[in-house]
Amino acid sequence: MNEYWQEEFETMSRKDIEKLQLERLKQTMELCTNSPYYQKVFKEKGITTDSVKSLDDVQKLPFTTKDDLRNNYPFGLAAIPLKDCIRIHCSSGTTGNPTVVLHSRKDIDEWANQVARNIYMVGTRDTDVFQNTSGYGMFTGGLGFQYGAEKVGCLTVPAGAGNTKRQIKFMIDYGTTSVHIIPSYATRLAEVMFEEGIDPRRDTKLVRLFIGAEPHSEEQRKRIEQLLGVKAYNSFGMSEMCGPGVAFECPEQNGMHIWEDYYIVEIVDPITLEPVPDGTYGEMVLTTLRREAMPLIRYRTRDLTCILPGDCPCGRTHKRLARFRGRSDDMIILKGVNIFPIQIEKILMKFKELGSNFLITLDTVKNNDEMLIEVELSDLYTDNYSVLQKLASSVTRQLKDELLITPKLKLVAKGSLPSQEGGKAVRVKDLRKLC
Amino acid sequence: MTVNQISIFLENKYGTLSEILGFLSEENIRIVAATIADTSEFGILRIIVSDPQKAINIFKKHNVTAYLSDVLAIICDSASGSFARTLSYFTKAGLTIEYMYSFSIDGKSLLVLRTNNREAALEVIRRQNLDSLNENDLLKL
Repeated sequence: MNEYWQEEFETMSRKDIEKLQLERLKQTMELCTNSPYYQKVFKEKGITTDSVKSLDDVQKLPFTTKDDLRNNYPFGLAAIPLKDCIRIHCSSGTTGNPTVVLHSRKDIDEWANQVARNIYMVGTRDTDVFQNTSGYGMFTGGLGFQYGAEKVGCLTVPAGAGNTKRQIKFMIDYGTTSVHIIPSYATRLAEVMFEEGIDPRRDTKLVRLFIGAEPHSEEQRKRIEQLLGVKAYNSFGMSEMCGPGVAFECPEQNGMHIWEDYYIVEIVDPITLEPVPDGTYGEMVLTTLRREAMPLIRYRTRDLTCILPGDCPCGRTHKRLARFRGRSDDMIILKGVNIFPIQIEKILMKFKELGSNFLITLDTVKNNDEMLIEVELSDLYTDNYSVLQKLASSVTRQLKDELLITPKLKLVAKGSLPSQEGGKAVRVKDLRKLC
Repeated sequence: MTVNQISIFLENKYGTLSEILGFLSEENIRIVAATIADTSEFGILRIIVSDPQKAINIFKKHNVTAYLSDVLAIICDSASGSFARTLSYFTKAGLTIEYMYSFSIDGKSLLVLRTNNREAALEVIRRQNLDSLNENDLLKL
């Protein structure tokens, strides 16, 4: 079946990929010299474009971390004048500042191309009707898939997140064939369909889902496929790289091809930061090769994965990433939204009525992923119900504004939560079954 | 005219009341009145005891967070209409009643109440010449 969006790039020989990567790495480093942050870093480490003579030399370059982005908020990593940037996307911050990612017009076009390449790879054509259930606005899953699907020529339904009955109505009425959705919502969608007596196979034209934004198991994917009568393809993206479009499964559904004409991918040991061989899990480090507004050198993604060795029968020569195993930091992903425990701590600490001990529990309740935050009261300062209830609402509202999801908040008595063991508080309990 | 009341936030910490009541009975503290009310979110236990200061110290020793506040403890007779009349003195003075618990025994009723304005409530008691308990009376009950 294999039809390629860009055959020349997708089936390029390994030798040609590496030649292309070296050429684009040098261009990227040249660009980086215009960014205040990299200018400083290159000067400190004595790095110039000549420092890189072969692809292996990428290991000589310094890592870039999310903290570097935060510490240079908002525009410290811009490599082109701000007037040539046409969009900002930002994602969760942990210390009050989000992470800003800038895009030029060319960046936006390339990003759309990446997404188009992905969805075309799994059979999406201009005769398809594409529905996007991702939030829009700052979430890159919204506009990212929107532009990519439009590039392929799909009839797009920019539904946005939530309102399941409405999503289903659109799918039935508009003949949606392809959907971008997070895996936990896909199971919810199936559940509501069954409650309404809707048989997806009989009553909808759904053919394929693009699932991502949160880790999920092979079992969960198969279950989603079986429930909705579709094929579900794993999609990987990261706002710092552009958004969705970084890696995607081909019809083989055995690993996600990561586009090596767009990124140099390294897998390193998260502690020693030394490269590990293909087939060994480690932290993925990405260097952008096409981005011009905000190029990134050796960005530590904190995602744990490995390169699947061997060739793919689909004929695409770009390496494949295994299912992500977790993170090398404490970030939580709930309903596709990134959350750091420290964001929660920061808000709870603002309230003098609350103590310093709290516990986050993640669980799946009736197919919905939920977060429960139990927080101890400081010495009971009041015994007035309405004051305590107002406190609970006020804390919940601030949490919702910061986290973009609404957690369940429970006030508990001081001293009732498991105390810190050996100085490190156990803050998060994840009871969700990866199916 | 007021008595001390101890409040304890119950959520999560105490499976049964008997644990807390046990701490008190171990040290011979008598409970004069008690009430628990809860919403779906949490529950608060309020008790009036024979020796509130000692009780607070006992709770501290057992790591129980307890809060001391004062409430009015009024005695009226338990004839019909008495209760309503007594309460009306407060509401006519523009006070709202935040919470209340009461019981009757031997022809008398004990009303424990908390209003939104302590000073105004004490004034009502003085003006209406209501019978009320103070700390010393508690020890005798």
